[in-house]
Amino acid sequence: MYIIVVGAGKVGWNLARELLEKEHEVTLIESNRRRYLTVEQELEHNVSYGDASELWVLERAGIQRADMVIALTGDDEDNMLICQVAKEKYLVDQIIARVNNPRNRQHFDLLGIKPSVSATDLILRLLEHEVPEYGLVHLLDLQEEQLEIIEMLLGKDSGVTGRRVGDLQMPDGSLLISVLRAGKGFVPSADTVLEEGDEVLAVLDPGKEDDLKALFGPEGNGNGSG
Amino acid sequence: MLTSIRTVFILIVGCGRVGSSVARAMLREGHEVSCLDEDPESHARLEVGLEKSWEDLGGHFTVGAGLETEALEAAGIERADAFIASTDGDNTNVIIAQIAQKRYQVPTVIARVLDPLRAEWYQRQGLHTVCPTSVAIEMLEGAVRSGAEGGSPPDGAAEAA
Repeated sequence: MYIIVVGAGKVGWNLARELLEKEHEVTLIESNRRRYLTVEQELEHNVSYGDASELWVLERAGIQRADMVIALTGDDEDNMLICQVAKEKYLVDQIIARVNNPRNRQHFDLLGIKPSVSATDLILRLLEHEVPEYGLVHLLDLQEEQLEIIEMLLGKDSGVTGRRVGDLQMPDGSLLISVLRAGKGFVPSADTVLEEGDEVLAVLDPGKEDDLKALFGPEGNGNGSG
Repeated sequence: MLTSIRTVFILIVGCGRVGSSVARAMLREGHEVSCLDEDPESHARLEVGLEKSWEDLGGHFTVGAGLETEALEAAGIERADAFIASTDGDNTNVIIAQIAQKRYQVPTVIARVLDPLRAEWYQRQGLHTVCPTSVAIEMLEGAVRSGAEGGSPPDGAAEAA
């Protein structure tokens, strides 16, 4: 894919690097000259200097043939404008906008700029869910797709520690996608045995949290029936 | 003033040289004017050349940003007949003008956009934009042409440019 990333801050720079490693074609646009020169030492021709809210800068970056535009600047107005122009003027298939101030999310929605991602929102959500009953933490809500990803910490009294993943009866509409153990993550196989202290990630249909809590929580019977 | 047919309520966001001048002119014409600016100091600019305080003359002033709905509502956007976005940021103006249009259904919305390309495209999308840069370009070109032809500058051209 050809992806234009706007804003070479920490997020933009790292994202551009990851996308390049995944063999995408990437142009990273940065309007601060000093920052541009720093990033250019590593990313070379993949970074371009200019203000991406100027249409000619976007056109010079080849927005007409871009498959995706990701706006990550520190200014919500800029991110909204860049995404709006990308979508409505240049008919870019997919846009992603960063929301700096979560209160501005309503404006992104009003202008039809989706999806929008707010780090502050995500962290707030983590804080709100800090040590809830059985550490069920919402990591991601995909509202359009009607899916969520949650994380749970398995305590000493969890009903599933010591059991094989293959023996768990996961509720319908849920799937165990990875296990974080001792700082490392892996995708479990049916033979993986869950341990105390594991953090498990699951993807599920909205509304399945309680079933999962019952399964993974204290005295869960591993049968998923609640 | 006698020329004003009816009093309208005008909300101006961004009270710099342009915003404050328009605000004073509208107030003088008898309209109700509310200004919103992030900088409390910009209130002083509103009062330049006025014999009384802005509030004594019936003006309103609110401190806040144009993206904050609380600030917009405190400044009276819900009953505004006209909305002018004249902050120093093109993108801010384009976005808050659309908020005024789409969320608050303000009947008349005008955005100042310095970049001619952005101004033109948004104009075509149905947003009323005013581009001072395009005006300056036209006037400069006209001044250069008339100068090259040996003509004298037309009255007032220097001031307006």
